[in-house]
Amino acid sequence: MTTGGSRAVRRFALPGITGVVLWTLIIAMIVWSFAETAPSLDRLMRGANRLFAPDGMLARMFPPDLGRLPQVGRSLLETFQMAITGTVLGIVLSFPLAIFAAEGLSPNAFLRGLARIVVAIFRTVPDLVWAIIFIITVGLGPAAGVLAIMVDTMGFAGRFFAEAMEETDKGPREALSAIGATRPGLIFSAVVPQALPAFTATTLFCLEKSVRNSVVLGLVGAGGIGIELKTAFDLFDYDQALTVIIAIFALVIAVEQLSGWIRRKII
Amino acid sequence: MHGRAHEDIEAGRAPVVRLTRLCKDFGARHILSDISLEIAQGSAVALIGANGAGKSTLLRSLVRLVEPKSGDIELLGRDVMALAAGDLARLRSRVGFVFQRHNLVPRLSALSNVLHGVQARSKGPRGWLQCLARQADREEALDCLAAVGLDAVALQRVDSLSGGQSQRVAVARMLMQRPELVLADEPDASLDPQSGEEIMRLLYRLTREKRLTLIVSSHRLEHARHFSDRIIGLNQGRMTLDQASAAASPQNLRSFFIDQAA
Repeated sequence: MTTGGSRAVRRFALPGITGVVLWTLIIAMIVWSFAETAPSLDRLMRGANRLFAPDGMLARMFPPDLGRLPQVGRSLLETFQMAITGTVLGIVLSFPLAIFAAEGLSPNAFLRGLARIVVAIFRTVPDLVWAIIFIITVGLGPAAGVLAIMVDTMGFAGRFFAEAMEETDKGPREALSAIGATRPGLIFSAVVPQALPAFTATTLFCLEKSVRNSVVLGLVGAGGIGIELKTAFDLFDYDQALTVIIAIFALVIAVEQLSGWIRRKII
Repeated sequence: MHGRAHEDIEAGRAPVVRLTRLCKDFGARHILSDISLEIAQGSAVALIGANGAGKSTLLRSLVRLVEPKSGDIELLGRDVMALAAGDLARLRSRVGFVFQRHNLVPRLSALSNVLHGVQARSKGPRGWLQCLARQADREEALDCLAAVGLDAVALQRVDSLSGGQSQRVAVARMLMQRPELVLADEPDASLDPQSGEEIMRLLYRLTREKRLTLIVSSHRLEHARHFSDRIIGLNQGRMTLDQASAAASPQNLRSFFIDQAA
């Protein structure tokens, strides 16, 4: 029982020696990073000038050059098709991978470890690196882009599918296990139906991600509209570049709206 | 202690379950200590005891959903402890299990959930969903739903059903399995009093009609008395009560619980 006022409770805990060292390192790293890489104010001002000047980039973008619209349309369609093919392949292949990676569903610990390593490699290596690898192996063009999107999707969906299956209620699995059902029986009757909303959400998200990524993949020659954008910028045809940017914007927004609508309908 | 079982067996009813010195520990805690009993074909046995007395563990041990520490289990003529994985799965397919929670797949229809029971005897995708199932299996699943009075909601998702209806779907799934022995782990525990009594009455009636052996645990003493012909009581993992249900009065069952609490 206290009467208040004079209780000696510390307001702040003093950090220990480890805490002091850790905080010093973190702050030093932040300061150093800013010093090495942050743009100077002077440079920002010159950049803004280049963008907004009467003969600057922005002025030269308007009005957008619609003359190449048919070609841009074809490239855009190819981009979308790459995204769909790569996502479908990736989703289909990530399903067995996820089963092998999921705790409680994988046949054994070795296969589970192996599947998790594969998923981790697919996920952590950026898709642009995969694109370059596939350009070297299967050549320039959309096939390389499709393979890069597929691997990227497997890395992402493999992990999320496995987590979605692990998080399902174990009760139905126990009930079927108690009557001697087989492992495929357990997975397809008890686990997959429960994880279906999560599968759908992940698949739609993968499609959105793939559409965005497939634009960038074109920049390194893996097919799609990216090459149109690169060419326009390289030749300083900023009005054509704006047409391409608007087309990409329209596609990404359309796909996001569509997947949002499907998500609301299904889940 | 096993007077009733002996009478049954002498009367020509073979034991379906025979336990010899069954033990199970969780860490340093003895959950089951030296349980020995016989249960005759066709009998209905109620298992009573306080929380933690070992009822669930005993039921789960019978089909090795929980691995016993020691002892022998003979179930439907098989030495359960000696069975390899494949043989154990085959034995489990002959034993129906109704859980405290219905353990249905929420996004699927009642019919698909009942159909899952067919996986006890036929493997492959046709037992996964009602739309893939063989016509004969679909009809049998509908019959099972009719037996629990729910054929009218066959195509409704089970997450839209009440707790009592869901538990009845779980009973229908157990019937679809065509079991020879039925284990039910407090099937009335998560239901309101009326639904709880209905599910116990249903289990008792259906197993009597089909001449199936039933072992059911329950906290509700009146259920244990009304829906069984033998009552077995567990107290801290030991079997301390075994008597005919007809001979058990509400008073001596209540005193069994009070003795445990003391």
